[in-house]
Amino acid sequence: MQVQEKVIERILLLIALSSILILALITFFIFEEGIPLILKVGPKAFLLGEKWIPSKGLFGIFPMIVSSFWVTLGALLFGIPLGLACTIFLSELIPPSVGTLFRPAIQLLAAIPSVIYGFWGLIVLVPLIRNHLGGPGLSILAGSLVLGFMILPTIITISEDALKALPPSYKAGALALGATHWQTIWRVLIPAARSGIVAGVILGMGRAIGETMAMIMILGNAVKMPVSFLDSARTLTTNIGIEMGYASGGHRQALFATGIVLFFIIMALNTLAIFLSRRRAG
Amino acid sequence: MFELCHLAFVQDGLMKLRLPWILAFIVAISMTTACQRSRAGITVAGSTSVEPFAELLAEEYMSSRSESRIYVQGGGSTAGIEAVITGAANIGMSSRNLTEAEKKLYSVIVAKDAIAIIVHISSPIDNLPLDKIREVFSGKITNWKELGGPDHPIDIVTREEGSGTRESFQKFVMGKEDISLRALVQDSNGAVRQVISSDPNAIGYISLGLVNEQVKALRISGVQPNLANVYNGKYTLVRPFLFVFSGEPAGEAKSFIDFVLSPQAQKLLLKEGLVPIIEKLG
Repeated sequence: MQVQEKVIERILLLIALSSILILALITFFIFEEGIPLILKVGPKAFLLGEKWIPSKGLFGIFPMIVSSFWVTLGALLFGIPLGLACTIFLSELIPPSVGTLFRPAIQLLAAIPSVIYGFWGLIVLVPLIRNHLGGPGLSILAGSLVLGFMILPTIITISEDALKALPPSYKAGALALGATHWQTIWRVLIPAARSGIVAGVILGMGRAIGETMAMIMILGNAVKMPVSFLDSARTLTTNIGIEMGYASGGHRQALFATGIVLFFIIMALNTLAIFLSRRRAG
Repeated sequence: MFELCHLAFVQDGLMKLRLPWILAFIVAISMTTACQRSRAGITVAGSTSVEPFAELLAEEYMSSRSESRIYVQGGGSTAGIEAVITGAANIGMSSRNLTEAEKKLYSVIVAKDAIAIIVHISSPIDNLPLDKIREVFSGKITNWKELGGPDHPIDIVTREEGSGTRESFQKFVMGKEDISLRALVQDSNGAVRQVISSDPNAIGYISLGLVNEQVKALRISGVQPNLANVYNGKYTLVRPFLFVFSGEPAGEAKSFIDFVLSPQAQKLLLKEGLVPIIEKLG
C-alpha cells in the first residue's frame, strides 16, 4: 500500500510540475521568437515608433501601447463606480437572501464568452455611438464600455471578499459612535477594505488589458495614435490577434515581440495585485 | 483522469487493477491517433483565401473515394509555395501570381476571384473611377462631399497586413501609394462586409463572391463587377487562385487536380462565389 501511495504521489507531483513546465516553455518561446526582432529594430524604435507597416519593415507599437492604456482607463472609469456601488449594495444594503440571488447572476457575467460581449457591442453599442456621437462607431468608447462590463465580476467578487474579511467590530464601533449606516460604509468600511478593493481593480485591469476577441470586434483596429474616445484604436492584444493568421518572418517575430511587451505589463499588474492583497492580510 | 483514479481508489481499492488499465487505455488512444496520421494521403497547404474552397473540394473528392485522404492546411500563399519546394506539402495554394523565381514550379489556375469595392446599401455613390478609389484609400479624399455624396467623413475599411486580398487590392488599386493608417482594419471578408452593412459612410473591398444584398458593389469607371465582365476582361480587379506543384502532378495529386478542374467541381466553386475557369458550365 505504501509503495502505491508513493507512486501516486510521484504521478501527482509530475502533473503539478508539468503545468509549471508548460508556462516556462511558453515564456521561453515568446522570448526566443520576439527578442531577435526587438534587437534588430532597436528597442527604442520598437517601443516608441509610431508607424506599424510590417510590409515595409516598420514595427512601431507605441500607438498600440497608448491605445491599450486608453481602453483600459476607459474600462476602469465605467467599471470602478459600477463595481463599487454593486459591492456596497450586495454586502451592506440588502438582506443576505436577496444577495444569494444577485451573486450568481454577477458570476454569470464572467462566464459569458467574450465573443458574445463583442457581438453585442458591435450590434448594439457601435451603431448607437455612430448615430449619436459621430465617428465610425468602432471606437475606444465602445470598447471601454464593453470592457467595463467584463471586469465587473472580478472587481465585485474581490472587493466583496475584502469587505467581508473586516472585523465586525469596525461596523459595530462606528454605529455605536452615532454614525449613520452610509457614513459607516463610506468613511469606515470602504477605507478599511481599500487595499483589497484596489487589488480587485488591478486584477480587473489585467483582464481588460488582456481581452482580445471582443476588442477585435469593436475597436476597429486602426493603427494610428488615438486622439479622442471616438477614434478607432488597436491594442497590443488585438494587434496579435488580427495579424497572426498571415504573418511570417519578421512580421511574425514582431507579433511575438508585442507579446513580450504585454507579458511585462501583465506581470507588473499581477505582482502589484499580489503585493497589495498580502499587505491587507498582514 | 485524476477524478477517475480517485473514485476507484476510494470505492473498492481495486486501484491495483485499474491503474494499468487506464494507462493501457491512454496508450491505445495515442496509438490510434498516431496511426490515423501516418495513413497515406496528400497535403494541400497555402493561401487562407483558397483554403475554405480547397477544403470543400477535398471533402467532395473524398466522399466518392473512400481510400483517399487529402489534408488541407492554411499558412498563406508564400508559406504554401515554400512547402511545395521543401516537399512538406504535395500541393501549394496561392492567391497571387508566382514570382519570377517561383515560375519554375508547375502551376494550374483552378479558379479566379474578383475583388469588389463595396459601400453601404443606402449610399448615393454607385460608380467611381479607379484613381478616386485610390485617393479615398490613401486618405487624400476624406469626405463623401468630394465625390458628390453627402457632407460626411468617409470611414475606410481595409484588411489586415499580410492578407492576400489586401495584397491584391494594393497591387490593383493602390500601386505605390499606402493605404491610410486611419483605415479601420478587419480580419476577414465577412467582418469587412458586416462593418460596411451597418455604417452608411463606409467603403471597403471584399471577394466578389461574398457580396450580398447587405452591401452595394461599386461600378468601376462604369464597369459592373460580375462574371460576364470578368470573362471579357473589362473588370480588372481579378486575381488567380493557383495550385502549385513541384513538377508535373502524378498519382493522387494528379487525380485531385483533375477533379478540381472537372465541371462538377467548377460548378461547386461557382456556387461558392468564385469565378470558374470554364466559361460554359452545362
